[in-house]
Amino acid sequence: MNFKQFALGTAVAVALGSSGFVQQAAAEDSNYIPLLTYRTGPYAGSGIPIANGMSDYFAMLNERDGGIGGVKLNVEECETGYNAQKGVECYEATKGKGALVYNPYSTGITLQLIPKASVDKIPVLSMGYGLSAAADGNVFPWIFNAPDTYWDGASVVIKYIAHQEGGLDKLKGKKIGYLFLDAGYGREPIPLLEDLAKKYGFELLQYPVPGKEMQNQSSQWLNVRRDRPDYMVMWGWGAMNPTAVKEAVKTRFPMDRFIGVWWSAGDDDAAAGGAGAKGYKAMNFSGVGTEYPAIQDIVKYVIDAGKSETDKAMVGSTLYNRGVLNAMMVAEAIRTAQEKTGKKVLTGEDMRIGLESLDLTAERLKEIGLDGFAHPMKITCEDHAGSEPVFIQQWDGAKWNKITDWFEPMTDVVRPLLEAAAKDYAEKNAPWPARTEPCPN
Amino acid sequence: MLYDIFIDPFVQMVTMPDFFLQVLWEGFVTGILYALIALGFVLIFKASGVFNFAQGIMVVFAGLTLVGLHEHGIPAYLALLLTIVVMGILAYGIERVVMRPLVNQPDIILLMATIGLTYFLVGFGEFVFGGEPKQMIAEQLGLPTGSTAFEMGERGLVILQHIDIAAALIAIIMVTALAIFFNKTRIGRALRAVADDHQAALSVGISLNQIWAIVWFAAGLVALATGIMWGARSDVSFALEIVAFKALPVLILGGFTSIPGAIIGGLIIGFGEKIGEIYWGGLVGGGIESWLAYIIALIFLLFRPQGLFGEKIIERV
Repeated sequence: MNFKQFALGTAVAVALGSSGFVQQAAAEDSNYIPLLTYRTGPYAGSGIPIANGMSDYFAMLNERDGGIGGVKLNVEECETGYNAQKGVECYEATKGKGALVYNPYSTGITLQLIPKASVDKIPVLSMGYGLSAAADGNVFPWIFNAPDTYWDGASVVIKYIAHQEGGLDKLKGKKIGYLFLDAGYGREPIPLLEDLAKKYGFELLQYPVPGKEMQNQSSQWLNVRRDRPDYMVMWGWGAMNPTAVKEAVKTRFPMDRFIGVWWSAGDDDAAAGGAGAKGYKAMNFSGVGTEYPAIQDIVKYVIDAGKSETDKAMVGSTLYNRGVLNAMMVAEAIRTAQEKTGKKVLTGEDMRIGLESLDLTAERLKEIGLDGFAHPMKITCEDHAGSEPVFIQQWDGAKWNKITDWFEPMTDVVRPLLEAAAKDYAEKNAPWPARTEPCPN
Repeated sequence: MLYDIFIDPFVQMVTMPDFFLQVLWEGFVTGILYALIALGFVLIFKASGVFNFAQGIMVVFAGLTLVGLHEHGIPAYLALLLTIVVMGILAYGIERVVMRPLVNQPDIILLMATIGLTYFLVGFGEFVFGGEPKQMIAEQLGLPTGSTAFEMGERGLVILQHIDIAAALIAIIMVTALAIFFNKTRIGRALRAVADDHQAALSVGISLNQIWAIVWFAAGLVALATGIMWGARSDVSFALEIVAFKALPVLILGGFTSIPGAIIGGLIIGFGEKIGEIYWGGLVGGGIESWLAYIIALIFLLFRPQGLFGEKIIERV
């Protein structure tokens, strides 16, 4: 075998091993949904359950209902490896196939797609991640981040800590540590946390974790040990989460004072810490478990029918169900867009109308078999985030348990800051297009 | 500012001696683990004069094979044995398919081949084991868990993780065994001959193919030990491949051809980056250890371009 043959063999092996699935080509009689997923690389641990949850929900709709409104869903995955450059490549490769909406599953990719969305007229749904300021629909008509922005999440976690301490006034003098992936994602809530620190008088201690050091966090946790924060808040992803939980256990940090964002709420993340991880908390906005009729339908029509490669044990886990929630929001936006436009096969522009008119009431959630799975949510032209309540869950050593009722974000504090940040973004990226899209509500 | 740079860190070290000891311990353990990774690179470099880009993914591959076999119901020790066999087959395969056709080719070709091998192993590993991180079967392998805490003064505490102690011991044993093997045996001497000149080694009857297979197998064993130890500290995932490249500054510092260099280099980087991050990192917002290691290595290079223990090659015209 010469070098050329070897190189060719390697290229084929890489393509086979890491290209993800390439499913059906876009068809004119279907609604095309590209999924930017990552089943490979350092973030695959978080990416796989989410990708499975999304794919399986869409597959279930196709199998059970024949799609949405009688039109099949044509779902195609494109592997990004959580890499912004690859994410943009996936976007460019799929946008011409009639993409309805993009779910980048990366704040880095989302930031790259924001300027493209209004040009290509394809909405981006960064569900609970991405640029917080994009919640201002007047500035970002094509970007959606319901049900919550990172700033909403940061405000909830501070509110929860205050609740534990006996009130917001009790935060004065406290030390709150913030352990974050040193990337666009982890840095996103810092402005709000700094603002809240000033407002309520607590000290914010920052512990950045470079992407290359995700599995080597002993320095960060030594600093935690020295600084003795009263609480630790984590914005982690991929391999960073289980490592942080292990290090927290190792450092003997009180786990019931360690709270992760909803992306640090995976079952594997907490389980990595073994028995010592008991007590670890995380925010969440999607149900856990398989007792929901829609999840049961996924098992019946997709998993048991052998139409998915998802391990049955994964169904119902936090991140799998998060993928289901994301897919459900897309599906409901399609349904809404079909009602609003009278069309069955949609375009990106139709999808934006569907998203801006999305009103998931408790009754509707019950109707689709997800009663209590998520808080009712409503997106409007002005508010693309909804800033819906979230709850806190706690790891009992074997599974997550919901330990609080729904917690409202501090919208009174967050919303003006979001609007100011949106204005600032538009000014810094001038000439930012003024909204011309009519409001469907 | 000057106080924060030149005085405060030392005041902290004196006023919180327990914490300083903890930092030193973490630096020691991290350094030993870096040394273990660097050792894999050194072995291949000594034998073929090439930087083995695939060493990082070999760590992941070995760890995943071990855990993957155990997940299929194979007892831990048998899985360990089978993983060693797999690494042996891999070594033979690499020698047969990658190295043998490239004998006497320029080093850059061999480097490119190891890059190709990396991507092949990434794709193959994901194809066989999936992309999900897996938990290392440390307990099943009889590795100790838990920790021992030593009280110092009124509030002082130094915590030693048993797995870290085991990692240090295993690394020391492996390094000693490899040092003896390569310095005191015929194969070791043959290896040094191969490293100096492929053609000259062949001319005196040394089997290049055999030496390369042995060295790749030894590097595979080192990768397995590294995978177990790093995997036990976090988990076994493809992110470990990135950690493996922390061995680069260790190699720059210790020299690419020296086993003691890998050890001393690993320890200097381990101690240096922990002390730097903890006592000075805060001055620039933290998270400096990913590049601090390279700064330390470059400072050493100013004084010893061949690394601490690297061979000084003088080419006369």
